[in-house]
Amino acid sequence: MNIDIEIVEHNSVIKVSVRGEIDVYTAPKLREILFPLAEKENANIIVNLSDVIYMDSTGLGVFVGVFKSVRSNNGKFQLVGLSGRIKRLFEITGLAEIMDINSRMEGESL
Amino acid sequence: MNQPFDYVEMKIPAKPEFVGVIRLTLSGIANRIGFTYDEIEDLKIAVSEACTNAVQHAYHAKEAGEVVVGFALYRDRLEIVVADKGQSFNFKQERQKIGPYNKNDSVEYMREGGLGLYLIETLMDEVRIHQNDGVKVFMTKYLEGEKVETDAETIST
Repeated sequence: MNIDIEIVEHNSVIKVSVRGEIDVYTAPKLREILFPLAEKENANIIVNLSDVIYMDSTGLGVFVGVFKSVRSNNGKFQLVGLSGRIKRLFEITGLAEIMDINSRMEGESL
Repeated sequence: MNQPFDYVEMKIPAKPEFVGVIRLTLSGIANRIGFTYDEIEDLKIAVSEACTNAVQHAYHAKEAGEVVVGFALYRDRLEIVVADKGQSFNFKQERQKIGPYNKNDSVEYMREGGLGLYLIETLMDEVRIHQNDGVKVFMTKYLEGEKVETDAETIST
């Protein structure tokens, strides 16, 4: 019932790995970490969700906010490693068509 | 309507850290009834959304309230009610007060709930929102195939 967030910056690409549950309790922590990163001009942020075991609309809300902020600062924002469950959440809310959620992770087989 | 059911009720402080506790209980109950993994995950999201709305409502109203979650376990379905005013209630009586779905009833709730309410309605089979001294969200999910059988019976009579 908690969240671990790890940030690695390499060649101006910011990789954020999230582990655990994203809900009303943990979403503010995720927001706190992602929002300052998203405000940088030309930021390139990749968020890995492969270790997220639960997510609901509170998580969608954080990612929509980050997406908007990154876009207004001419940056790039990708979500990778989505489980079928989480992908479905983006699909039924229509967000899958707006946000980049289908990129493959580095080293992931085709 | 008058089928026998087992009833489990939980009361949590209206605080974000307890919503995950409801999910754990819900998983156990849904598993007992025989829902599949995917159905249980849908239930977890729907019930969490309702609890999230209740918790956020209490936060904005600056109330140190409680949220009551009731689970009614039937042979063919699970009915869940999430109430944002902390008092316990008679599930059967409350259930009978619920009339046909009235779009106007949920306008205020919808404004607060946003995407959450949309998800509840998408992931559950039936949703009723009852606003009278607090908000009560009633949600029903049928075991796969059961809803169809019930409908078929209605048609044949």
